[in-house]
Amino acid sequence: MSARITLATGRRVLGQIRHDPRTIALLLAVPALLLTLLRYMFDGQPQVFQSIGAPLCGLFPFIVMFLITSITMLRERTSGTLERLMTLPMSKLDLLMGYGLAFGVLAAAQAIVVCAVGFGLLGLESPHGVLLVGALAILNALLGMALGLLLSAFARTEFQAVQFMPAFIFPQMLLCGLFITRDEMAPVLEAVSWLLPFTYAYDALDLAVSPGQLDATLMIDVVVVIGATMASLALGAVTLKRRTP
Amino acid sequence: MHARWRRLSTLQPVRESAVEIEDLNVVRGGNSVIPSLSLRVRSGSVTGLLGPSGCGKTTLMRSVVGAQIVTGGKISVLGNPAGSAGLRSRVGYVTQAPSVYGDLTVAENLSYFAKVVGVEQGRITETLQTVGLEDYLERIVSSLSGGERARVSLASALLNRPPLLVLDEPTVGLDPLLRQGLWRDFHRLARGGTTLLISSHVMDEAAECDDLLLMREGRLLRNCTPNELRGETGEEDLGKAFLRVIEMASGT
Ligand SMILES: Nc1ncnc2c1ncn2[C@@H]1O[C@H](COP(=O)(O)OP(=O)(O)O)[C@@H](O)[C@H]1O
Ligand SMILES: [Mg+2]
Repeated sequence: MSARITLATGRRVLGQIRHDPRTIALLLAVPALLLTLLRYMFDGQPQVFQSIGAPLCGLFPFIVMFLITSITMLRERTSGTLERLMTLPMSKLDLLMGYGLAFGVLAAAQAIVVCAVGFGLLGLESPHGVLLVGALAILNALLGMALGLLLSAFARTEFQAVQFMPAFIFPQMLLCGLFITRDEMAPVLEAVSWLLPFTYAYDALDLAVSPGQLDATLMIDVVVVIGATMASLALGAVTLKRRTP
Repeated sequence: MHARWRRLSTLQPVRESAVEIEDLNVVRGGNSVIPSLSLRVRSGSVTGLLGPSGCGKTTLMRSVVGAQIVTGGKISVLGNPAGSAGLRSRVGYVTQAPSVYGDLTVAENLSYFAKVVGVEQGRITETLQTVGLEDYLERIVSSLSGGERARVSLASALLNRPPLLVLDEPTVGLDPLLRQGLWRDFHRLARGGTTLLISSHVMDEAAECDDLLLMREGRLLRNCTPNELRGETGEEDLGKAFLRVIEMASGT
């Protein structure tokens, strides 16, 4: 593992995105626009907007980074650049950490915009500070990135990679408790929701934007999110093969 | 196959080899792509790996750089087992399809690969001159023609001047003048001690090589020099000579 190569990889991935200004504009503007849409959808029910919109500020980066990472990595696999990198003096960790760096920076930019709009302009409340929401957003983005890296190994085409969104992310969003509290779900679904990393990402954010004392539950959520990120990265590293058939 | 290789190696005195392959066996997608292949690549030579499309050139090269899962055999590269970690900075591999980032500029691509292999950025201009792309620094790679992209890919592998270069069809689709220039550069590198293993399915390129490896259907038909091939077949034209070799192989 080398700091030089990791940093260079992070810069390279950011460079790829920098050459695509439209992607950057969408990345930064779409979450804020969706949040604004929610604000006026729930014009008469501000407490619903608070309970959905505030956690969403920290969940958008998860979803977006998942998609962008899986497609960037898939391109790396199909364009032959991954094969080239694997013949060079580069460790798999350099590649994974480089991706983490790049998408961590992007996630931070995205979180700043969406939090500024949500908590600054649209009247969302963050009793424990916006900084906590921002930090959780970055952790969630890294989880999304790690899952995207892993799942990209199972897609042959970009069409397939995009389908992983409804296949893997939507069910987690539905079951995480964002739209309906989990104890009102069928017991089987509630049990399943405990196995999904997104549930913990949401739970942490829900605690962060609700009044009341923060306790160990938040810590547990954060530990689970970090653990799931590490596990996905480790599994992702296994899918990066120096030798292929 | 074996007998012939032993005969050849007794004809030629044992020289230092950059690559030694013994009894290589590769299965891809359930097919035996290379059943059993042995060869040597002389240190400091420009060795051409020639054969029709689909004969296994890419598979052989991937095996040499350690990117291919092989079923059996022994491959020694610069004295180490193929694919060992220490070789990663000493073997340059250019894949058949250009493996560079289409959404980055030429300069950004080379700058990235320079950092990965740990050479100073000053090498970039020098390397681009070698492949005739010095005016292309700020061009986005996806806006380049296929041949230009191939040269960016080649330049990326030349940055750290590895002692062994494995180049998969580097001259295909280039204009003749440029192709000639590249062969000149390959020989210049070889005079400096670099070993180059270069594949092509165009038999004309055989004349540019010091040594030839003629392949067909996963088998090595000859490991000789262009002149030895001419002498053996009585054909001046290397394309015709290759045809004769194939006839001889299927006749016996
Ligand atoms: N990924 C793969 N899976 C299965 N078979 C493959 C794969 N790649 C190549 N082959 C087969 O291996 C043989 C040799 O291919 P290749 O090494 O690419 O030949 P060449 O480079 O000489 O054109 C061909 O028959 C080809 O169809
Ligand atoms: Mg080939």
